[in-house]
Amino acid sequence: MSNLSVLYDAPGPKAKARNVVYTVLFLVGFAALVWWVLAAMADKGQLDADKWSPFVTDSRVWTTFLLPALGNTLKAAALSIIIALPLGAALGIGRMSDHRWVRLPCAAIIEFFRAIPVLLLMLFASAVYVEFTNINSDMRPLYAVVTGLVLYNASVIAEVVRAGILSLPRGQKDAAQAIGMRKGQMMTQVLLPQSVTLMLPALVSQLVVVVKDTALGGVMLNFDELLRSVRTISANYGANTIAAFTVVALIFIVLNFLLTSAATWLERTIRRGKRTAGAVVTADPHDQMEAQPAAAPAAEAGDPPTPTGKD
Amino acid sequence: MFDFLDLQRYDLFGAFWVTAQLAVFSAIGSLILGTILAGMRVSPVPLMRVFGTGYVNIVRNTPLTVIILFTSLGLFQTLGIAMGGDTFTETNFRLAVLGLTAYTAAFVCEALRSGINTVPVGQAEAARALGLSFTQVLRLVVLPQAFRSVVAPLANVLIALTKNTTVAAAIGVAEAALLMKTMIENEAQVFLIGGIFALGFILLTLPTGLLLGWVSKRVAVKR
Amino acid sequence: MRVRKSATLAASALVLALTATACGSDDSNGGSSDGGDSNDTLTIGIKYDQPGLGLQTADGDFTGFDVDIARYVAAELGVEEDDITWRQAQSPERENMIKNGDVDFIVATYSITDQRKEEVSFAGPYFVAAQDLLMRSGESISSNDEIGDLNLCSVSGSTSAQKIQEDIAPDANLQPYGGYSECLTGLENGAVDALTTDNTILAGYAAQDEHQGKFELAGLDLGPEHYGIGIPKDDTELQEKINAALEKMFEDGAWAEAVEKNLGPAGFEVPDAPEITEGK
Repeated sequence: MSNLSVLYDAPGPKAKARNVVYTVLFLVGFAALVWWVLAAMADKGQLDADKWSPFVTDSRVWTTFLLPALGNTLKAAALSIIIALPLGAALGIGRMSDHRWVRLPCAAIIEFFRAIPVLLLMLFASAVYVEFTNINSDMRPLYAVVTGLVLYNASVIAEVVRAGILSLPRGQKDAAQAIGMRKGQMMTQVLLPQSVTLMLPALVSQLVVVVKDTALGGVMLNFDELLRSVRTISANYGANTIAAFTVVALIFIVLNFLLTSAATWLERTIRRGKRTAGAVVTADPHDQMEAQPAAAPAAEAGDPPTPTGKD
Repeated sequence: MFDFLDLQRYDLFGAFWVTAQLAVFSAIGSLILGTILAGMRVSPVPLMRVFGTGYVNIVRNTPLTVIILFTSLGLFQTLGIAMGGDTFTETNFRLAVLGLTAYTAAFVCEALRSGINTVPVGQAEAARALGLSFTQVLRLVVLPQAFRSVVAPLANVLIALTKNTTVAAAIGVAEAALLMKTMIENEAQVFLIGGIFALGFILLTLPTGLLLGWVSKRVAVKR
Repeated sequence: MRVRKSATLAASALVLALTATACGSDDSNGGSSDGGDSNDTLTIGIKYDQPGLGLQTADGDFTGFDVDIARYVAAELGVEEDDITWRQAQSPERENMIKNGDVDFIVATYSITDQRKEEVSFAGPYFVAAQDLLMRSGESISSNDEIGDLNLCSVSGSTSAQKIQEDIAPDANLQPYGGYSECLTGLENGAVDALTTDNTILAGYAAQDEHQGKFELAGLDLGPEHYGIGIPKDDTELQEKINAALEKMFEDGAWAEAVEKNLGPAGFEVPDAPEITEGK
């Protein structure tokens, strides 16, 4: 039911009038809410120009505080995803191994780290680094944040990889075996290359999750990232916490929106590519995955591509 | 070995109880809000569709930490919304539930919308042929079927929610992650403490996953 | 072939990333390898977000009372101002930074306590602060008994917060946050009645241009905090040098000038210089 207008009749004159009434009521209610919020903020002096103007008039807010902090956010996110990718691919492929002694540990690792909040992983990593290493205190928050994110995201990526490979038609595997390929050859030359394109959108969406989770390291582990910069900014510009906070939230939203759009664009491009070169893969596995979220094994493996919660 | 587990000083069960409460209240709230949002996204009123889409896109792209901190700094400290709490402890708990609800609802909405997509067109057409209005079509025919087909994705959303309750530590809600932070700072047995809290979360999330997995197979619509 | 290429690419990206971080940590280690008593460079830990004490300004420069103390001591140790490397020393990190040798010494509202002396040593004290309340102008309270009726705000895990909860007013309604500036927003908007911590930190906030006339200190004394300069454990040579530098600073008026300049605007009266107790 992708065309949703099937849920209601084409509006007649009465329904159209009713829709206009709803629209007006909704707008009035929304405007009243916005008005109340702004009035309350103005009342408390939170809309004063000197709290907000630094972000427009003083470029140093950006060069000294916001941009370096954004750089740290991106650095942590990029490092995490780069390290988690090969780890996750290895775990995901390991989970499909024919040998039980490979399959079971991989499955256990994946399920373990998927069940634990990423904040706990970060706190734990930080404590371990304090206790057993002498990484200097400037770098430790970054190490702890990246470690937490890698452990968690590697197991998510493992499931994405597994879903991507499982979604390929069985004939691919059969054909590879028929021409006498070894298991490793089959994986690296037949299955992985085909599933990588299918996995790309899910991986980019995962990057959004990673970027969002770095903020946790800022607040709980004093990692110098974007959200943390609110504190230094508000120490310099007279406790303009609300203003700094709003600006930082907007930066996060814009950044993640760009990443999400990239993921959607990738997905569309890949699907379109499939349709024209349709001979390679008969059934579009990606459509299949989305169309039957309830079909148990495929759906469980296929759930990472549709963003679920914060993970 | 367990002598550091001074339960007088570290209220382990209390902390996990707060975590569980956060998860349950936010789950109820986000299922309700998410369903309303999904309804808005498929409604005949264009403005409501725009609002629903906008809400989901903005909330999904905002870090949960930002949302939780916003409930405290924005709603409470600036707008004075204390959610009827008498002490900061009560207020912070309720604000955390509000923040988690607002965040998770966006994901519930998306899961539900993909569920609506799986309901065959004929169902809605038949319902309309009977003369049902939009809300009746949604309430009596489409949503019941949609819910049954998205139990598994919803289970994932709820498990993610359980894990996300740890973010409430950012505004000082005394839940599991905050206790772990305190314990790790004061005690030496890092691995033991880490293991205990990991086990706690596995005990919270694993049964949810298994139960809802079983439910999803039982209620799946056979087509 | 394409697979192999992308695999190589991924692998080399990984290696690059790892070496990049490795280099990063090498760089930042560089400053501190010289040791405390070297004559050319110093790495000093300070607060970056404490107005009046240690603050990174928009120019990337540093100001505050702790920073002035650190500069004076560095000069006495024969280190030019340009040769000082500033490091952010966040409260929970301070002992680790000294033990790891990330810094030569720390001047960051660092109270001398017996517990800390098990891991690090101190020079000084260079200031005796007192825990106090910061309230909206005109709302001051007169006695400690009234604290229990206030909505308080402090930083989670700080000694000030613990003191309130354990000794002064166990029933008080206390909002913990990650930083003092969050508390300040609540104080400004009326959601909390008072922010409690050392009076130096409070004075630093009250003295800011944007806050002139908005907040004032209650003037209570809820217990002293002796600020010392944190140094590696049992480094008596450095301890003596720093103590001598502090003595000189007390005597030549530079100390009183620094107090007046950084905390004076909040109505903070310059007290007598403290007596140096560490290493004696």
